[in-house]
Amino acid sequence: MGRETYINIASLALLAGVPIWAWIVDEPFTITLATRAAIFALAGVGLNLALGLGGLISLGHAAFFGIGGYAMGILASHAQSYTPLMEVPFAIEGTKSMLVIWMVAIVTSALAALAIGLLSLRTSGVYFIMITLAFGQMIYYFAISWPAYGGEDGLSIYVRNDFPGLNTLVPIQFFGLCFGLLCLVLWLMSAVQKSSFGLALSAARQNETRVLSVGVEPYRLRLVAFTISGAITGLAGALFADLNRFVSPTMLSWQMSGEIIVFIIIGGVGRLFGPVIGAMVFILLEHVLGGLSEFWHVYLGALLLGIVLFAKGGVIGALAGREKAHD
Amino acid sequence: MSILLFIEQLLNGLQFGVMLFLMSAGLTLVFGVMGLINLAHGSLYMIGAFAAAAVATATGSFVLALMASLAAAALAGALIELTIIRRLYDRDHLDQVLATFALILIFSEGTRWMFGSFPLFLDVPEMLSGPVTLPGGIQYPAYRLSIIVIGLVVAAGMFALINRTRVGIRIRAGEADREMIAALGVDIAKLYTFVFALGAALAGFAGALVGAIQSVQVGMGEPVLILAFVVIVIGGIGSVKGALVGALLVGLTDTMGRFLLPQIFALFLEPSAAVSVGSALSSMLIYILMAGVLVVRPRGLYGVS
Repeated sequence: MGRETYINIASLALLAGVPIWAWIVDEPFTITLATRAAIFALAGVGLNLALGLGGLISLGHAAFFGIGGYAMGILASHAQSYTPLMEVPFAIEGTKSMLVIWMVAIVTSALAALAIGLLSLRTSGVYFIMITLAFGQMIYYFAISWPAYGGEDGLSIYVRNDFPGLNTLVPIQFFGLCFGLLCLVLWLMSAVQKSSFGLALSAARQNETRVLSVGVEPYRLRLVAFTISGAITGLAGALFADLNRFVSPTMLSWQMSGEIIVFIIIGGVGRLFGPVIGAMVFILLEHVLGGLSEFWHVYLGALLLGIVLFAKGGVIGALAGREKAHD
Repeated sequence: MSILLFIEQLLNGLQFGVMLFLMSAGLTLVFGVMGLINLAHGSLYMIGAFAAAAVATATGSFVLALMASLAAAALAGALIELTIIRRLYDRDHLDQVLATFALILIFSEGTRWMFGSFPLFLDVPEMLSGPVTLPGGIQYPAYRLSIIVIGLVVAAGMFALINRTRVGIRIRAGEADREMIAALGVDIAKLYTFVFALGAALAGFAGALVGAIQSVQVGMGEPVLILAFVVIVIGGIGSVKGALVGALLVGLTDTMGRFLLPQIFALFLEPSAAVSVGSALSSMLIYILMAGVLVVRPRGLYGVS
């Protein structure tokens, strides 16, 4: 096993260990922080497929995060008010079942990613960054100006949704659920990275001409990667909305997109566990620096600037050294 | 709907477009010449507005306030170019996005630290506070009309600078081939600092002009920044002409969409539904425009492939 594998195992152990310790000493707030970290990590793992492996710098992933959040908010709000979502041409009822909500969040955010990807992947480089940002804003403004689901004020859900066999309102049980999903997705992503699809995607990032010359179409690869990436981030959004029992356009804001990229950068771009470590460090910083000063974003900005200018590999890069056979 | 109201909205769209041009011109030049995507451009807009508000409160003079906005934004621009931005020219776009995102965090929170979270107010100068009567009996605020005029003058100045002066020749040469003009003895580092500070000054100026219509607050720059991105994607990155056409298109589409769409939907929907559908759709209209342009021309209207 390489050094990176040890770091990966240690990061998961830490992420699971802290809330278990907090559960023993009865510190529910710490469990909530760890749950946030696990959900942000999941959103980051989703984006990392597009950004790290595919080289697609999407500055609009908050759109999928928010769509996942609204999938949960809309379904659960209809369920709690006992009103159907729609009646014609066929009736759709709201639901409080997490499994159904997750499926809906995944499917809707995947469809949104497919539509945005179809258009924005026609371009590359700086155009792609700006266009994903612009589409993200489009959905943000739509959510603000559409009054049916709270508009600017957002939607409150009174009781967390149900998962068979668990009491999701107990913090440690909800954490377990989020952590389990994170592990599942990490395992899937490691399989994707090693698959022929993952290798071709990575190759398309490194040298598009060569990939074209062996008969692989980068556009399709990237579209598939972007869609899966959006779906995972959407799932994270549904969990995040369930954690807060609240969804608002803030989840769709472009600062959110920026923060998801920040998780990846702190941990290390293109590393499978980069977002996990990045999200943990981010939550820790938010908690520690936020306690020191109301203006903790200044320190976060300075730290980020330092990482970008002087320590490109992030935490994993600093600990494990350069990735083998990279670029 | 009266024809007078229609013309007034048209002028509002023009004013919005002209303001967006001031913002996009710097952004597109910086990308065209240095190949840098600068998210912190919105912060420079905010710095201009805050500098103007502070100086206007201290001195009571609007002209001094405008000069302060130009100076403060140019200074901030030159400062970040010399310390941070110039390290990013050779980096990939991801590094540029992140570093300038970090700058936004620092500038926004730094400003909140200095000025507090409450919005500041910048008054429209006494002389321009009333309406003027245009030919045809249209009453239009004098201040908004002067923004249109100032913006068009600045646009003309930019075209003259780029097409008619020695600095402009160097800027265009820098876009075409930076090694070659460095070999010809042009101090490329100084040229870059100048272009960046010029773009920053225009953004700060726009911030001060708009600050008198809206409130001056932290975070005011980012919505405008994203609109400016839409503008330069439509116009073609690197083209000042594209920025002007794109800015006017976006300004007019957005304003006229917000004005006309609810009325169009009111023709066949009940009033409350027409307002909500119309306003939701009109907030998306410029992005739909952008998507449309991209389908036809992926490099924008005036972009070079």
